[in-house]
Amino acid sequence: MTVQAQRQDIVSKKGFSLQLPERHLPITLLLPSIIFIALVVGLPMLYSLYLSFTDYTLTSGSNFHFVGLENYKHLLFDDPMFWKVFGRTILFITLAVNLEFLLGLGIAQLMARAIRGQSLARTLMMMPMMFAPILVGLQFKWFFNAQVGLVNNILYTITGTAHLIPWLIEKNLGFISILVAEIWMSTPFMVIILEAGILSLPQEPFEAADIDGASGWQKFQLLTLPMLMPFVYTAMAIRSLDIARAYDVVSIMTGGGPANRTELIWTYVNRLAFTGQQFAMGSAMSYITVIFSFIFTYMLFQNVLKSRWAGEMGEL
Amino acid sequence: MNTTNETSSLKKRFRRNRWKYIFSDVLLWFILLLFFIPALWIILTSIRIRSEINAFPPVWIPTGFSFDSFKILFGMPTPEGAFGLGGEIPVISYARNSVIVALVSTTFALIFGTLAGYVFSRFRFKGKNGLYLGLMLARAIPGIALSLPLFIVFARIRLSDTILGLVVTYSALNIPFTAWLMDGFFRAIPKELDEAARIDGCSLWGAFIHVSLPLALPGVAAAGIFAFLTSWNEFALAGIITRTPASRTFPPALFEFTGQFVSDWRGMTAMSVLMLIPAVIFVALVQRQLLEGLTSGATKG
Repeated sequence: MTVQAQRQDIVSKKGFSLQLPERHLPITLLLPSIIFIALVVGLPMLYSLYLSFTDYTLTSGSNFHFVGLENYKHLLFDDPMFWKVFGRTILFITLAVNLEFLLGLGIAQLMARAIRGQSLARTLMMMPMMFAPILVGLQFKWFFNAQVGLVNNILYTITGTAHLIPWLIEKNLGFISILVAEIWMSTPFMVIILEAGILSLPQEPFEAADIDGASGWQKFQLLTLPMLMPFVYTAMAIRSLDIARAYDVVSIMTGGGPANRTELIWTYVNRLAFTGQQFAMGSAMSYITVIFSFIFTYMLFQNVLKSRWAGEMGEL
Repeated sequence: MNTTNETSSLKKRFRRNRWKYIFSDVLLWFILLLFFIPALWIILTSIRIRSEINAFPPVWIPTGFSFDSFKILFGMPTPEGAFGLGGEIPVISYARNSVIVALVSTTFALIFGTLAGYVFSRFRFKGKNGLYLGLMLARAIPGIALSLPLFIVFARIRLSDTILGLVVTYSALNIPFTAWLMDGFFRAIPKELDEAARIDGCSLWGAFIHVSLPLALPGVAAAGIFAFLTSWNEFALAGIITRTPASRTFPPALFEFTGQFVSDWRGMTAMSVLMLIPAVIFVALVQRQLLEGLTSGATKG
């Protein structure tokens, strides 16, 4: 087959013939992608790694020194902000991803069994997916505004007295506000994938379960959820790649403030690097967020990779 | 016969659980409303009368509509004059930059990402797993982490504050996800089709162009939407790479808008609507393919 194919490659009469030995074809076709990514992501990230081992600042020019792991040491051991920010980010992601998943699953279930209007429901649900994260942040900044915000206005209309609740300024309320924005932005995505999953499930097991008199909860727990897992993996995998979008939302809603009360690791990079102009420290912080993202991506992505690569790993 | 049986059993089930079904429908539409209200409120506010927007007590039902906020945004004369912020907003530049950057980078990402996806789905070669993993990790790097080194590097090679800089950046960022989606789509197309074409005298390239690619077009549409939305909506990098209206796109412009002129929510909503229109049109056009694209990886497990 290969020999024949190669010969046919050469004698091909069709216009689009790529006269290359087949052995090199895969890498040739991949080359443009590799070059793009190496230039825009690879090289800058290597540069950033190098910077993180120096004492470079905006004004250093060429006058800076190699300081080894000093920046990382400072962040991890001497910076009282770092662990607070780190812990808050873990809490934020844990709450966001779990709430989005539970909410998404619930809404997807409701949507899948809706009697009419499924496609309208799906269209409405997709609306937040078109919003730029920066736009999501902006609208919630406005909604949670103490004086003219939608939330306080609704409270006023319902209760009849003016509430000037400082949503974005008070410590815990600020955290809740950014969490609400994040959930509004990302839940629809879960819903869309999980609903498609639920609709694609085979009906026979459910009919059999009905005949055996299984309860709704039993059907959900023993049939729906296990069969839905591939869709859950896909949703989680794509979600993991986009987790840092939370930076956009928070940066416009609170900017990590006031007084760092809603700071997450991503806004902290911005504070160190661009507000504080400590490029080296910012680079070190960047690398901490990169490692954080890799671990998070690996956790949520591993099952997808397993299924994609099934049967290939052994052959290689 | 069979169908009527099924329908009647469904009807029976519905009648038995009528209240349960009605309850779940009401709950569903209530939740959907909660998710839709923010979007609706933005659009509604952009066409409301100025005095009703920040009124207290709040005015819930608009008494009239006005397109003044859009007119002001585009520098057209209105009785009220400009927003409370002095100076014109170069909204035409923002729109032009956004459109060019999003369309060109999407095109690049689709061409190279589709090729990469095809290679990953059809060939076995040394270092494949490593490359695949590298691609995914490149996509997982947070924009803000990349922004600092890109800021420095682009300043040196004179790419900062240029449209080209953004195009190159977004192309690279969109390639991995496009490759991942297309890999899934090509896997769903039987290899035998390619092989049959080859036996009939097609070159490898011909088999790709004439056989696999047309069958995977829904995937290209889905990947295109994703690439477009990512480029159109990206903020962390655009905010750093662009400095002036010469290259600034909508997301950093929006940030600037509120940063300095916090109180003008009306202008903000008008600009938001402007930014939403292309995204909504794009998604509406290929909604079905989008869904297919998202779930293609999962269905084949």
